[in-house]
Amino acid sequence: MTAAVIARTELRILLRSPIAWATLSSVCALLAWLFLLQIDQYTLYQSQLLALANPPGVTELVAAPLFGNAGLILMMVLPLITMRSFAEQERNQTLTLLTTAPISLTAIVVGKFFGICGFLALLLTLLLAMPLSLIGAAELDFGLLAANSLGVILLVTSFTAIGLWASSLTSHPGAAAMLTFGLLLILWLLESARGEQGTTASLAQFSTLFHYQGFLNGLVSSGDIAYFVILTLLALGLTVLRLHSKRYYT
Amino acid sequence: MPTAKLIEVENVHRYFGAVAAVRDLSFSLHSGEVLGFLGPNGAGKSTTMRIITGNLAASAGSVTIGGYDLHRDPIAARRLLGYLPDTPPLYHDCTVEEFLRYCGRLHAINGSQLSAAVDRGIDRCGLGDVRSRLIAHLSKGYQQRVGIAQAIIHDPELVILDEPTVGLDPRQIEEIRQLISELGHSHSVILSTHILSEVQAVCSHVQIINRGELVLHSPLAELDPVLAKQPHQVEFQTPPSIEQLRQLVGINDVSVKEDGYFHINFTENTSGIDTLLAASLENGWGLRQLTAPQLSLEQLFMQLTDTSALPTPAPAEETT
Repeated sequence: MTAAVIARTELRILLRSPIAWATLSSVCALLAWLFLLQIDQYTLYQSQLLALANPPGVTELVAAPLFGNAGLILMMVLPLITMRSFAEQERNQTLTLLTTAPISLTAIVVGKFFGICGFLALLLTLLLAMPLSLIGAAELDFGLLAANSLGVILLVTSFTAIGLWASSLTSHPGAAAMLTFGLLLILWLLESARGEQGTTASLAQFSTLFHYQGFLNGLVSSGDIAYFVILTLLALGLTVLRLHSKRYYT
Repeated sequence: MPTAKLIEVENVHRYFGAVAAVRDLSFSLHSGEVLGFLGPNGAGKSTTMRIITGNLAASAGSVTIGGYDLHRDPIAARRLLGYLPDTPPLYHDCTVEEFLRYCGRLHAINGSQLSAAVDRGIDRCGLGDVRSRLIAHLSKGYQQRVGIAQAIIHDPELVILDEPTVGLDPRQIEEIRQLISELGHSHSVILSTHILSEVQAVCSHVQIINRGELVLHSPLAELDPVLAKQPHQVEFQTPPSIEQLRQLVGINDVSVKEDGYFHINFTENTSGIDTLLAASLENGWGLRQLTAPQLSLEQLFMQLTDTSALPTPAPAEETT
């Protein structure tokens, strides 16, 4: 209940900051450019594709790579959105407003989390609008599109939770952003630890990319969903713990 | 009838590493009291404020607000609390009204009650003219008022203000003081400051903290006799000898300071002064200046740390 109040205000304040709009415009411009490149490629090879017995559709060749790129770009951009959540409030000493009010630390963290999620909803809607703009011009695979969307939602919410945690660790927004980026990049790159084909018991299992790829291929598995949900809850839980321990060790 | 203790602080310690910021602090406050919390910079005032608002955990000891333990039952305890920290926690990108509505909602005030609470807060803190302006664009005095409005929006029983007048111009200080006196009619207030006159203007009780330890807790009224014992400062054109002065009726003690001023303690102020004036006229001492005692915080401190000087008035906890 109070978390919703916090989420709404956090979102409103975020949307008043230039950083939100700068992010939104650059990310959209970048993604639109990549989207157009994919379309271009697709039309170039369309005739050859038709010669194949079971040709891949436009969703597979245009939307899936777009969502893949979006994951990578958001990994670089999201730290800039989450960095201020706690770090800046700690610096301005405005967090006291929330920590003195009769609300739990969990409500504060969850509120801030959903505030940023609101902003991401806006961004992802614009992302989704790109492949949807092909309706009428091409045959779209809505199942695949839904899998892609679910994947990107789970991916960015886990990024957000990790960003919030990093932001609670320091009172310097820049340091929080760098820390978030480092964590996200490592989690992403763990995928390269994938061993020989078939050997799954490796570090790659902990990679965000490893689990995101399933969604990109149109495979919605409960294991991948569980991975992202657990990662998100873990990061949010650590944030609550961190805020709690701050009262003891300052 | 003794009212219930609104806040009770018992044996609170707080260490930052090996440094003790607050040591064995105990005090309590009843409903309707205004407590002035004095101390020099770095004495532990803000640390104490942060502990009793639950923003900092005590290393040892307990804080109880309205019967709720701040550590075990923090949400219930905080419902009774309004807090203005030394830096007002304001959202600069919000308008005053928007911000106060948010604060109200954080305290679970909704609907028509919320509008009423916001209007009341704006009214009380004199924010009517700026209610739709961005907080970032307000002057420091107005921001401070928004900070106070934020602390009283939910009509808490206990308002805690950490140096509310610091950095304000004299006129703004006066306005804020007036506001605090008004608050004192309906709320209990703990007010930290390092300006003694502020305490004398608005408080019913005073306590002094020095190096993390409470050195005085007393109703302000009980301090008056102590203040009255301070020496008058007197200047003569042709100074008499100390013996001459000592022989006068009504003069308790005389000493001469390096700057040539006499410090005179009268046994009873009014008659003693009359005697001195008469003696001065009669003997042609040419009294040029007679200054009533101005007990500053620094002086009070010197006395409090100087062991024998002050007959410590009522120890803490004996107020009803």
